[in-house]
Amino acid sequence: MRIALFATCLADTLFPAAAQGTVMVLERLGHEVVFPAGQTCCGQMHVNTGYQREALPLIRRFVETFEPYELIVAPSGSCVGSVRHQHAMVARRLGDARLAARADAVAARSYELSELLVDVLGVEDVGAHFPHRVTYHPTCHSLRLLRVGEAPLRLLRRVSGLELVPLGDAEVCCGFGGTFAVKNGDVSTAMLADKMRNVLATRAEVCTAADSSCLMHIGGGLSRLRTGVRTVHLAEILASTAGSGADGPGW
Amino acid sequence: MSTFLGMPTAPRGVGHLRQTAPFPVAARAALADTQLRSNLAKATGTIRAKRAAVVSELPDWEQLRAAGQAIKAAAMADLGEYLVQLEAAVVARGGTVHWAGDANEANRIVTRLVRAAGAAEVVKVKSLATDEIGLNDALAGAGITAHETDLAELIVQLGHDRPSHILVPAIHRNRTEIRDIFRREMGDADPGLTDDPAALAEAARRHLRRLFLSAKVAVSGANFAVAETGTLCVLESEGNGRMCLTLPDTLITVMGIEKVIPAWADFGVFLQLLPRSSTGERMNPYTSMWTGVTPGDGPQAVHLVLLDNGRTAALADPAGREVLHCIRCSACLNVCPVYERTGGHAYGSVYPGPIGAVLSPQLTGIEDNASLPYASTLCGACYDACPVKINIPELLVHLRARHVEETQRRRLPSAEAVTMAAAAWAMGSPRRFGAAQRAGRAGRLLGRDGRIGALPPPLAAWTRARDAPAPPAQTFRQWWRTEHSPPQRPDAQPPDPRPAAQPGSQPGSGS
Repeated sequence: MRIALFATCLADTLFPAAAQGTVMVLERLGHEVVFPAGQTCCGQMHVNTGYQREALPLIRRFVETFEPYELIVAPSGSCVGSVRHQHAMVARRLGDARLAARADAVAARSYELSELLVDVLGVEDVGAHFPHRVTYHPTCHSLRLLRVGEAPLRLLRRVSGLELVPLGDAEVCCGFGGTFAVKNGDVSTAMLADKMRNVLATRAEVCTAADSSCLMHIGGGLSRLRTGVRTVHLAEILASTAGSGADGPGW
Repeated sequence: MSTFLGMPTAPRGVGHLRQTAPFPVAARAALADTQLRSNLAKATGTIRAKRAAVVSELPDWEQLRAAGQAIKAAAMADLGEYLVQLEAAVVARGGTVHWAGDANEANRIVTRLVRAAGAAEVVKVKSLATDEIGLNDALAGAGITAHETDLAELIVQLGHDRPSHILVPAIHRNRTEIRDIFRREMGDADPGLTDDPAALAEAARRHLRRLFLSAKVAVSGANFAVAETGTLCVLESEGNGRMCLTLPDTLITVMGIEKVIPAWADFGVFLQLLPRSSTGERMNPYTSMWTGVTPGDGPQAVHLVLLDNGRTAALADPAGREVLHCIRCSACLNVCPVYERTGGHAYGSVYPGPIGAVLSPQLTGIEDNASLPYASTLCGACYDACPVKINIPELLVHLRARHVEETQRRRLPSAEAVTMAAAAWAMGSPRRFGAAQRAGRAGRLLGRDGRIGALPPPLAAWTRARDAPAPPAQTFRQWWRTEHSPPQRPDAQPPDPRPAAQPGSQPGSGS
C-alpha cells in the first residue's frame, strides 16, 4: 500500500524517532511511505485552547495536503483524534461547509499507527525485537476518542523479547492535556505523580504509548526524578529489530 | 454564533455560581490538603467501582443512554411548550406555578410564600437549584431559618461550609471532622458523641426528627417534572425527603426549567439511568412523586417555582445547550481525574466537576467563570460516564472558543493570543515551520543529556515539575530529506528498495 505519513508537528520537531519508527515499520512490511512536504500541524493545540479561527488555516492546509492520498497514518492518537473529531466541526462552526465535507472525507482515511496496522492492514506481528520490560499507557485520545482498544497491546505482545507488564489505573489521564499542563500546572503535576507511581510500581524499564505528547509529559516527570525509567514511542519499539540495538530517546 | 448574546444570565451578587478565584489558584490550596486528597480518592474510588458494577449488569445500557439523550433533546427542542403544558397540569391538580426569571426573583417568591404561611422556619430537601440561587441566605435575610435535612447538607450547613459535590456535598469531610462539627454546632448533640458512623447518623436523626415534626413549610428541588401529568419527582436515599414532602402543610419546589420531561413513560428510562449513575445503586431507597394537591393527604398548599437564571441563555446557543440535558447524577465528577484531586470547592460554583465547568459559565456568562472551561485535560472520561451522553469535552472546547472570541471582540490584550497567533503563522507554511524548527534548535543549548530543566515563562510552568526534551540534532523532515530525497509528490514513483534504517542508528533518536 501507499501510505502518506502525517509526522505531527511535535514528533517532527522534538521526537523524530517516533515518525522514523513509523516509516521503518511500514517499509519493512512492504509498504510505500510518502511524506507530503506541505504538512505542518493538525491545529489541535489551537482548537483546544479556544483559537479556532487561527486553527482554520491549519485545518485547510492539512486537508489540502492529504486529500490526494488513499491512506494516511500518524504516530499519534491525539492528532488523529483531532483530525477525526475536530476538523470538520471547526470548519462547520466557522461557516465553511465545503471544507467540513472535505475534512470528513480525509478523516475517514486517517489512522493512528496501531489502528492502521491491526485494523486496516491486519498485522499483529511486525517482526520487531525489543528485549525490555515494558508497560503501556493507553493515552486518553487513543482510548476514548479513537477507541483503538487492544490494538497497541496486540502489537506489543508479538514483539520478541519484550516483557509486557500491565499498568495500574492505566486508563486514567496522565495530566498532560495540551496547554492544560501549563495553565493548570499544579493539577497536571498531581495527576502525573499518580501516573508515575503506577509506572514505577510495574518495575518496567520503559513506558510506552502511542502519543509523543503524553510521553513527553510522563517522560518529563520520570526524568526530573531521575527514576531511570524511560519513555519510548510505540512506533520505535515496533521498528526495533534484533540487529538494531534500538534504545530510543533516553532523556 | 451570536444568537446567545444578549440573553439574560444569572445575576451577580446572589447565589453560588461564580468563582472567587481562578481555578488554578483555588486548586493549589486543595491539592496541598492531604486530608481532602485522601477523602476524595477514597470516596470517588468507591463510588466509581459501585457504578461500574451496576452499569455492567444492564445489557442495554448504551441504548438507555441514547434514549435518555433523545428524550432530553426533544424536551429542550420544545421547552416552552412543555413548560406551559406542565403549568396547566399542575394548576389543574390544585397546585400553583410561579415563574422566576432569575435568582433574585425566585428568592423573593419563596420568601413571600413562607411568610404567607406564617412560618419562621423551613425544612429543606437537598436541592442544587436552591443552593444555586442562595435561597438560605435570602431567607435568613428575611428572618427565616432554613434547616437542611439531607445528612451531608446538614454537615455542610452546620460547618458553615460549602458543598463540594453534587450528590455527596460533604465528600471533603471525614467522620472525625463530622463528629467535631456535630459536637460544636448541633445544639442537641451528645458531648460524648463518637465518630462511629452509626452514632453520627443517630445524632442527626434525633436532631432532624424534631424539625420534621414541627415544620409548617418544606422547600425542595425536583429531579423531574412530567409535562403531561404535572407530576414532580424527587429521588433520595435517606428518607428525609419523604418526611419533608409529606409532613408540612406547605410545599415549595424550586426547579430549573430544564428538568421537565415530556411524558410519564419517560421515567422508564430515567429511573434506570439516574440511580445507577449517581449512587451506584440499582434503585435508590426513596422515590417520591406528587401531582398537585391530594385533599386530606400531604401538603395542602403545593407551589412550583420555575427557575430560569441563565438557562434560556444556555438554550440559545445551539452548540452549548446540550448542557441542559444534565440530570445531576454526578457520575462525571466521580470519574474526573481533575475533580478527584481538587475537590469541588476549587470550581467556586455549586456545580463542580466536568459538568460544572460547562454549566456554570453558561449560566453566568463566560467572563464570570472564565477559567472553568480550561479546568480539564479533555480526557473524555466524563463523556463515557454520562448517562445522557453529554459530550462534555466538546462543550469545553466550544466554551474555550467562545471565551477567546469574546476576549478578542473586546480587544483585551493577551500574551496567549499573541503566542497562538505566532504559532499559527509559523505553522501556516512548511517553509516558516522549518525556520521555526531551526530557530528552536537553539534550545539545544539549554539541554544537558537531552533534557532541559528550566525554561522561561510561560513554559516555566512546565519545567517546575517536569524536564523538557532538548530539541534533537535533526528534525524528522530534515532526516526525511536526507534519507528519502528527492521530496516526493503524490504522483511520485515508489522509491528504490533500500535496507530499512533502524531507529537507534538515526540522528535525533538518541540522547
